Amino acid sequence: MRQALFWLKKLGFGLLVTVITLYTLFPFYWAVVSSLKQGSALFVVEAWPRQPAWSNYTAVFTEQPFGRNLFNSVVVATSVVLVSLFLAVTASFALARIRFRGRSLLLLMILAVSMFPQIAVLSGMYELVRALGLYNTLPALTLSYMLFTLPFTVWVMTTFMRELPKELEEAAVVDGATPWMICFNVFLPLLKPALVTTGLLAFIAAWNEFLFALTFTLSQEARTVPVAIALMSGASQYELPWGLIMAASVVVTVPLIAMVLIFQRSIVSGLTAGAVKG
Amino acid sequence: MTGSASPAPDSSAAPPPAPGSQLARERVRAAWLFLLPTLVVLAAVAGWPLFRTFWFAFTNASLADPAPPEFVGLENFVTVWGDSDWWRSVRNTFLFTGVSVTLETVLGMIIALTLNTRFRGRAILRAAVLVPWAIPTVVSAKMWGWMFNDVYGVINEMLLSAGFISGPIAWTVDPQLSMVAIIAVDVWKTTPFMTLLLLAALQILPEELYEAAKLDGANPVMVFFRITLPLIRGPMMVAIIFRVLDALRVFDLFYVLTSNSSESMSMAVYARQQMFEFQDLGLGAAAASLLFGLIALFTILYMALARDSVAQEPA
Repeated sequence: MRQALFWLKKLGFGLLVTVITLYTLFPFYWAVVSSLKQGSALFVVEAWPRQPAWSNYTAVFTEQPFGRNLFNSVVVATSVVLVSLFLAVTASFALARIRFRGRSLLLLMILAVSMFPQIAVLSGMYELVRALGLYNTLPALTLSYMLFTLPFTVWVMTTFMRELPKELEEAAVVDGATPWMICFNVFLPLLKPALVTTGLLAFIAAWNEFLFALTFTLSQEARTVPVAIALMSGASQYELPWGLIMAASVVVTVPLIAMVLIFQRSIVSGLTAGAVKG
Repeated sequence: MTGSASPAPDSSAAPPPAPGSQLARERVRAAWLFLLPTLVVLAAVAGWPLFRTFWFAFTNASLADPAPPEFVGLENFVTVWGDSDWWRSVRNTFLFTGVSVTLETVLGMIIALTLNTRFRGRAILRAAVLVPWAIPTVVSAKMWGWMFNDVYGVINEMLLSAGFISGPIAWTVDPQLSMVAIIAVDVWKTTPFMTLLLLAALQILPEELYEAAKLDGANPVMVFFRITLPLIRGPMMVAIIFRVLDALRVFDLFYVLTSNSSESMSMAVYARQQMFEFQDLGLGAAAASLLFGLIALFTILYMALARDSVAQEPA
């Protein structure tokens, strides 16, 4: 009886784990399967295509400017990461290591900005982007993405920067180091893991952004990947090229999944530092 | 808001030189120099655009009319208030937020509790759980849109073969059903986030409490409600409010899944449609300001909670 109960429990738990795994992975699996189907096979529901084909993958790059869209996304996300990290390192040094009047207020303000709904700044940002002559260009996106990456990177870098030992700083001060040297020569090397974490999270956020990219770009060539996928259309208005869309979705997702799995641990610590502690 | 008023003493910050000394003053000046670029960028992308949005809300600004906008008082707000599409978008947004955050909390808790027990393959499951989080929202929306396709979708196919439905369902076309589809995508995509935050909270709970409960012969359900839940209430509330804030400003899921029909819009979709499709910048700005006010309320609540958890830190 006891034995049976034990095995029943074990079986139930195994079932639970299986259900969770299926639930989380099935939609992506289905996108992969669909992307490998061509022609009428796409419209037959079967677990694996009888004749898997890559035609959707070649078509998405030849029939659509998807290569260009990918390039745009890489450029925007990379520039967003570089600018945010540089600004966040300097700002978090000041916020974490130096006492000055108004510091808590500044931290609260930065936290508040991270809560801004994008729609609330959309019309003002649109005006700014046009006034700067950036409409339909990638710098417009880099600039506007600072709205959500900068508060986040500053906040998380500040929590990491706080944990560095003060003895290091004292020694550097005794040696006559300036704050700039302490920040970049003494602390920065120690902050590499934190930089990887926050950089990755900022990259993912920029890679995924949709509202600003949709509003501040006009031509197909200036679009980033999410907008290109959302607006992908076929020969007629009523016929969506699902095979192409699924192929594009897989192309965009695979590097992200790979990145997230490789940096799993640091991503989890970054997310919890950004949300729970914040 | 000076350093001395903050609840947590900064043991790690700055070897404090005598206040007012040359060195201290120099450091403070350096701090402001270091902060300046960030503050300028934040003012440019957050402060100024928000101010302009508030201003537009009181004007007849229009994308169709290049003339400088004129002040019209509360007219835009009155129009939004009387628009049934707006109220439908408010209802949709609240329904979406309430249902999806509840489901995410429950599911996230189940998965977090699962991951918190030791079993073979735990690392693999934790990695698998991260996958939906890594997929861009638009891509998730498209993937699910395809699964929800009325004629060729795998979901209809599964429901049909299981005998739950007698004919295919047009999930993303019918406004009532599209809400089901939208919530399904959001729950799938953001439960991992909830799971991670809850798991982080679960992993720092003291082991002894559970051993004591075991000795007392408490059953697992009782242990969960009497011990686990009260202990992780703080982090759980923070996670929930965080998700609520995110859900209230939802845009892409509604936009991509329901192709912008006026029946199924979120508040953000309504505001953007007014601004850019109907070119009525003023009206859209008024709607956006109302949404901002709503989110500001929740933000204040969040900050009150977050401040407590920051104060508990030894930093």
